[in-house]
Amino acid sequence: MTLAEILAGLFPEGHAVTVADGLILGHGPRPGGGRVHVLGIAEGTPLGIDGALALAGQVLAIVRSGDGAPILMPIDSASQRMSRRDELLGLNEYLAHLAKALMLAEAAGHPTLGLLYGRSAAGAFIATALATARLVALPGAHPEVMDLPSMARVTKLSLDVLTDKARATPVFAPGLDNLVQTGAIGAIWDPQRPLAEQMEASLAASHPGGDDRDRLGAERGGRPRAAAIAERVAAQVAGRA
Amino acid sequence: MTPAFEPEALSWYEGSARQRIAALVDPGSFREAVGPEERATSPHLALFDLPEQFDDGMIVGQAAFEGTPILVAAQEGRFMGGAVGEVHGAKLVGLLRAAKSLALDVLVLFDTGGVRLQEANAGETAIAEIMRALVEARLSGSRVVGLIGGRSGCYGGGGLIAGCCSALLVTEQGRIGVTGPEVIETNRGVEEFDARDRALVWRTMGGKHRYLIGGADRYVDDGPEAFRAAVRDVLAAPGRLDLATLDAEQARLERRLARFGAARDATDIWSALGVAEAQAVPGLSTQAFRAVALGRESAHDAR
Repeated sequence: MTLAEILAGLFPEGHAVTVADGLILGHGPRPGGGRVHVLGIAEGTPLGIDGALALAGQVLAIVRSGDGAPILMPIDSASQRMSRRDELLGLNEYLAHLAKALMLAEAAGHPTLGLLYGRSAAGAFIATALATARLVALPGAHPEVMDLPSMARVTKLSLDVLTDKARATPVFAPGLDNLVQTGAIGAIWDPQRPLAEQMEASLAASHPGGDDRDRLGAERGGRPRAAAIAERVAAQVAGRA
Repeated sequence: MTPAFEPEALSWYEGSARQRIAALVDPGSFREAVGPEERATSPHLALFDLPEQFDDGMIVGQAAFEGTPILVAAQEGRFMGGAVGEVHGAKLVGLLRAAKSLALDVLVLFDTGGVRLQEANAGETAIAEIMRALVEARLSGSRVVGLIGGRSGCYGGGGLIAGCCSALLVTEQGRIGVTGPEVIETNRGVEEFDARDRALVWRTMGGKHRYLIGGADRYVDDGPEAFRAAVRDVLAAPGRLDLATLDAEQARLERRLARFGAARDATDIWSALGVAEAQAVPGLSTQAFRAVALGRESAHDAR
């Protein structure tokens, strides 16, 4: 689905969402009254220091407003912007700042909902969609950790070998289903059903035990050990304290 | 610990994760959780015919720091470059969740190239969980201090986790970044970044540069006593995380962009910060460097 189609489905009565320089910004009405803030990345744009800072500034303004409205974050990005300038100026801080702002918003009563509708990768994915408390995707979305040529360079494996293994090994291969299996993506929306309803349902989904991604990963088989190990570490530490 | 091991003589850069912990905390106080005897190995490396390690390159547990209980995590850069896989990441997640429930501070000894690509999806998800557990611990009042001075630096998702910490301590060799030099070169070409130019790597991502721009809070020598003094120092600071903290971080990152956004090289930034001989910075001793760094940008706990 295109962003325009998605926004029309989420807000059948119209919205005030625009895209400038690859960043999505605005808001739309909720069926029961009130609004949803919309902040995200469009058109496969890489996320650099400038974009991350602009998004974080918007998130913090929302927290300051105290309106309690949810934040929807639609994402179709590249990876983090890979450049000498971004690294020189401390891209890690800019991306972490955005992630912290989103998590602060959630804690301050603004439910955060990521919507992966296109590509995303690596640091851009971690700082945006993966920093929301609920992450859903639309069919056709394509998350990845790193493109295969870069992976080949880092792992010293040939591109042919990696391409072969990517077909057989969900735990490292790019793709939506593989990140559903690890628990990173909670649910995939059905484009045939009204998106507004699905958004409301996702926002209403509560997380009584906090971050449940490792438990989901165990249930779905993508991460067989993570939940048990995290729990065991916490229990051993607490038992001795 | 072997009898020959003298903690105070340890080079942080050369040492192992376990040696760093032993040299940092009160002698004999470290108690590991889910230690190597539990054989918590990666379930994924065998697919690549790669060897496993019984601790999966992550050591976590509790200790005392100058008499105060504290939690500690250390990445082993000698195992797969300290890369974050499913088990490696889950141990840190568990420790950070414990920090929140026990209201304890945490020391994270980074040494990582980022996500372990052989189990990339599990590793990336683990990074996201670590960041959330870290932020939730901080929101509850825990301080999380990052120590960076290992061989693998602190790259990729590790750089993002570091950016969530309350304070960062860095040595000259401690590099902090997101995209490593090789990956920039692969994607953008050698004209954008020549990964073989080690001097370029150090001055773009190295500890001195990060300290000068406010990307790290303390610049320390490559040994345990220097790290201990810096840890003592930052644990005395508030380390809070709230709207005011992030507003202040927004302001300082905007200021950095406005001041240095047009700089081509780190030396341009250093000159703008009042360093008279920017070219000489990489060769300066710690004492001489601190003297020329007085005009640096400080984060003032806004992180």
